[in-house]
Amino acid sequence: MAEVPFRVQPALDDENRFFWTSGEDGRLRFARCADCGYWLHPPIPRCPACGSRHVAPHAVSGRGQVWSFTVNHHSWDGSTEPYAIGLVELDEQPGLRLTTNVVGCAPDDVHIGMRVRVTFEQHGIVWVPLFEPDPDATPHTAADTTAGTADRGADA
Amino acid sequence: MTDFERRAVISGIGQSDVGRRLGRTGLDLTIDAALEAIADAGLGTGDIDGIATYPGANQGPPGFSGPGTPEVQDALRLEVDWHSGGIEGAAQLAAVVNAVMAVGAGLARHVLVYRTVTESSAQGGGGRSGIGMDGGGGGGGGGAPRFGGPLQWSLPFRAYSAANWLAMNCHRHMHEFGTTSEQLAQIALNGRRNAGRNPRAVYRDPMTLDDYFASRVITTPFRLFDCDAPVDGSTAVVVSTADHARAVDHPVARVEAVGTALRGRPSWDQWDDMTTMSARDAGAMVWERTDLSPADVDVAELYDGFSFLTMTWLEALGFCGRGESGPFVEGGGRIALDGELPLNTHGGQLSAGRLHGFGFIHEAVLQLRGEAGDRQVGGPQAPGRLPEVAAVANGGGPIAGAMILTKEDGR
Repeated sequence: MAEVPFRVQPALDDENRFFWTSGEDGRLRFARCADCGYWLHPPIPRCPACGSRHVAPHAVSGRGQVWSFTVNHHSWDGSTEPYAIGLVELDEQPGLRLTTNVVGCAPDDVHIGMRVRVTFEQHGIVWVPLFEPDPDATPHTAADTTAGTADRGADA
Repeated sequence: MTDFERRAVISGIGQSDVGRRLGRTGLDLTIDAALEAIADAGLGTGDIDGIATYPGANQGPPGFSGPGTPEVQDALRLEVDWHSGGIEGAAQLAAVVNAVMAVGAGLARHVLVYRTVTESSAQGGGGRSGIGMDGGGGGGGGGAPRFGGPLQWSLPFRAYSAANWLAMNCHRHMHEFGTTSEQLAQIALNGRRNAGRNPRAVYRDPMTLDDYFASRVITTPFRLFDCDAPVDGSTAVVVSTADHARAVDHPVARVEAVGTALRGRPSWDQWDDMTTMSARDAGAMVWERTDLSPADVDVAELYDGFSFLTMTWLEALGFCGRGESGPFVEGGGRIALDGELPLNTHGGQLSAGRLHGFGFIHEAVLQLRGEAGDRQVGGPQAPGRLPEVAAVANGGGPIAGAMILTKEDGR
């Protein structure tokens, strides 16, 4: 990978530390309800689906699809190289999304429905989860882009 | 029981000079706008018994906040029974909605409401920097700035601006509905056409579709002309009890209904339907509170911090169906000054300048009063009936507020 870019860093606290340090062992984790299995993001201490307080970090497959994206050209942080910001929906649950960067391909090659997998960029104890084209993915089909449904996260 | 909205009218409006790098303080500009609005309402500062603003002091990047209500209250030596300023609520319109509620509840009779920006002066000659790039955050100790809260889910990924966040919504809209850049451009072109008739607009030179496509890409699919223009300026309105309509020498804008709903997850990336976000809810609610319908609207002033946001509001307010805003604005005729739904008649924030929400309410009131000069709907440039119903919308992403205003001539 190219030189590690400048990144604003997360301020770690008791709720988010697991997320930002998770990549140390190569796994991406989200908070998950131990009772009903609902994935929570951002992490909160109570499951909004079933009301359980049994919420804990749990590893995901790290695979998903690009739900949407933008190729940034404006120099917000001094860099002038275009880069791809992606909104990735994880395979584990419709609507479980992460704003991230899509790396490992030309920014202009990123497209909605593209299959991706997690990779990490280390900044001290923080491991920033980025996504790259998934080499194991079957060729992209139109069906990929319509997977996933609206998720209102209703509080029962 | 009468809905609270109908106990209030917008009795006066005012606006300071608006421009690029005026080099005046926010308080200075606010005083101009406030005094003009108070006089326009047929009042003196001694009559004002309430004050409200968005977003309150010391919010956001430099130049984003105007003065807080204590500074303005003190500068004008107001004695108020009610006061409110804050950033959480139904977008910028929350300050107006709060004033309408205060009047409806009997806490105040005449509320001064204002919004002031000095973003052009604050940004100087350089371009916009990213959120977090101007000394925000904290705990950096000399290294990279650190953010907790909602911004931790965007800034570490170099998604520094609402331009980046909303560009993804726009791409999703294009993907699901086939919306095109040519259609998006119509919002910018329409704004520029109308700005040409607005002496206060900051960008008035004609813009062609070729000019639009020649403007630099900010973050795909947004080009420079899809993004609003930072300015310095202040806008003020006076919200009064409905009976005050009889005491002023011009028509007033009656508040028919407000839309303040937020029924999805208030997050830039977890909202269920990325193609609309919270405009959907505020837009739906406003029609739940009135017998009027979208077909009754004569002029629409819909937020265009980015061109795409106006598209979402057209759908959310029911001027067209979900996903149909592209074909709706195709060619630009329907939304032109003499079209079926005149839109952003002052030029919007894209061309008149980023007065951040309040420019739209100011323009809606001017149109209802028939005082919009060369750009008056129903005037010599756009013959037809003078408008009696206006729709106003502010915000985008997880932040939205809407309002329906009607003309009332109490003279």
